[in-house]
Amino acid sequence: MTQIAEAPVSPPPIRDERVGRKSLLARLLARPEAGALVGAIVIYVFFFIIAPPFRSAASFSSVLYVTSTYGLMATPVALLMIGGEFDLSAGVSVTSAALCASLFSYEFTTNVWVGVLVGLGLALFIGFLNGWIVVKTGIPSFLVTLGTFFMLQGINIALTQTITNQVASPDISTLQGFSSAQKVFAGSFTIGGVNIRTSVLYWIVFVLIATWILLRTRIGNWIFSVGGSAPSARAVGVPVGRMKIGLFMAVGFMAWFTGMHTLFLFNTIQSGQGVGNEFVYIIAAVVGGCLLTGGYGSAVGAAIGALIFGMVNQGIVYAGWNPDWFQFFVGLLLLGAILLNTFIRRRAEASA
Amino acid sequence: MTTPQNAPVGKHAAQAQQTSQEGTPAGQGNGGVPLVRLVNAGKRYGAVIALSDITMEVGAGEVTCVLGDNGAGKSTLIKIIAGLHQPSSGSYEVDGTPVAFNSPREALERGIATVYQDLAVVPLMPVWRNFFLGNEARKGLRMDIAFMKKTCKDELLAMGIDLRDVDQPIGTLSGGERQCVAISRAVYFGAKVLILDEPTAALGVKQSGVVLKYVIQARERGLGVIFITHNPHHAYPVGDRFLLLNRGRSIGYYEKSQITRDELTGLMAGGAELEQLSHELESAGGAAADIGRVMEADVEELGISHQAGGGSDAASVPTKSGTTRQEGLSHP
Repeated sequence: MTQIAEAPVSPPPIRDERVGRKSLLARLLARPEAGALVGAIVIYVFFFIIAPPFRSAASFSSVLYVTSTYGLMATPVALLMIGGEFDLSAGVSVTSAALCASLFSYEFTTNVWVGVLVGLGLALFIGFLNGWIVVKTGIPSFLVTLGTFFMLQGINIALTQTITNQVASPDISTLQGFSSAQKVFAGSFTIGGVNIRTSVLYWIVFVLIATWILLRTRIGNWIFSVGGSAPSARAVGVPVGRMKIGLFMAVGFMAWFTGMHTLFLFNTIQSGQGVGNEFVYIIAAVVGGCLLTGGYGSAVGAAIGALIFGMVNQGIVYAGWNPDWFQFFVGLLLLGAILLNTFIRRRAEASA
Repeated sequence: MTTPQNAPVGKHAAQAQQTSQEGTPAGQGNGGVPLVRLVNAGKRYGAVIALSDITMEVGAGEVTCVLGDNGAGKSTLIKIIAGLHQPSSGSYEVDGTPVAFNSPREALERGIATVYQDLAVVPLMPVWRNFFLGNEARKGLRMDIAFMKKTCKDELLAMGIDLRDVDQPIGTLSGGERQCVAISRAVYFGAKVLILDEPTAALGVKQSGVVLKYVIQARERGLGVIFITHNPHHAYPVGDRFLLLNRGRSIGYYEKSQITRDELTGLMAGGAELEQLSHELESAGGAAADIGRVMEADVEELGISHQAGGGSDAASVPTKSGTTRQEGLSHP
């Protein structure tokens, strides 16, 4: 590590004289999410300049909304990735939880809250199963969850078809308890004339909770350790298997939460929905500074990664570009963000 | 395991022992009762005798070195002392009372801590997080980060490691420094006896020196140290006693006053075996023969020809694959 040439003028007594005081900027850049933050600012400024409708508060609110639908899932996916594992079934398990909740309530004509709880049970079970197989067999989670991804995709479509003879779940808006559930999962409110969905607030709250857990609690310490070096963590008494299963179940929990939001927003769920979203979650986490190999990353970074995706997603529409090019621009901008991220992290590490 | 708040208990106890230690010669620690003692201990795995008839001890403020080549039984010995295995014959005493540990955790509760070669650290995590991993100090739901950072820095300083920044990833430290963090972590969490498994094996000359310095630091803080190594040059300067193993048997157990460095080196090298190896190389001809002649000259210079290999029948020459750490149990 190189030292910074000029010593601080009056260092506090506890500081070590061999560590030069880093500027606020240098310290910010050393954080995992720094690259993503710079990328997000660049993309925001870019669309701000070329797409006038992007500038209004209302459109930023819709950017935030789209971001939140991905960001809710990107948060636990980032924690899981820091813990050293992948979940490719994350996208379709959102749909599975929502289908389960809606079909159960509809077919048994129960209060929707009963269905909501059954959906939660299923989502947690999927997470548990993924984690349990990974921990017990030692097979890479990439393969295990690739398997569950296809299985869930098949179950979603086949069961929905069998039960309803349609590709979507029936409308549940007439069932008991629907309006209260809708208020909880898919509400909205107005500030200064701008309509904001509650999912944006939930997203921010969950990111804050995840950040607090990661940086301030023992569980956070253990998440970093199981991803960084599982044998070492085990040797000092960290319950590695339980941690990993817990992380998979956290992904299941948020899949349920996201699924409930979608269900109560549209009253119905398309059985083929959610395929491909798992990559968006993973990309958000990686853009946000999570290492693919585990042991490093942040929840705030994943949130910024999701924001980049949300801005591109909406920015293209506001810029009036041909939406057929959307996927291309998403890929291009994400690749750019990753390169920038890597570049900045190297710079920060070199001058740290 | 001890909670961090209570953890310095071990440290204070160690310091108390240290003061009572002043001026007494090695071997007299704690009123003459050794912290750890094996008497005629042996270990069989089915028909395989991995270790037989080992007697050794370590007291407070002493370093007992266990020397032996690969396959000599060092790992089995560690596993018995660390609580992974129970001896199948003989006895194992801690503080003068016989014990039968069922797990390393039980040994740890009696203050016997093992620092393995891989050190059990997570390279990407900061030093202080590694130091407290698995034993985090907490304030309600949160971790007490200020306490942990300060304690980590102070504890490392007490071991003579002055870290610039305990927030740096432990992977950025040198191999020797990482070893020392692992040692001071064991000491802080109440270790009275430290088992160091080849702490200098993967290190360069200078780094090895650093680790040896910390072995002495630990001894001066009143800990008993069991130092496993195959390098007599590392063992002799820090050791008070030397147990030499070959093929699962003791080939010598000496106080420092009873043996010189050259004798130790000779015993360790296994004079007879070395001599035989030199003959084999010479008969192979070519470049190997040159090496053989140099080796033979060394054997003569050390004066170990034919005298060593006490308990060993030395019928075959063990392969000297210095990089292999796995102790083979292949010698029946």
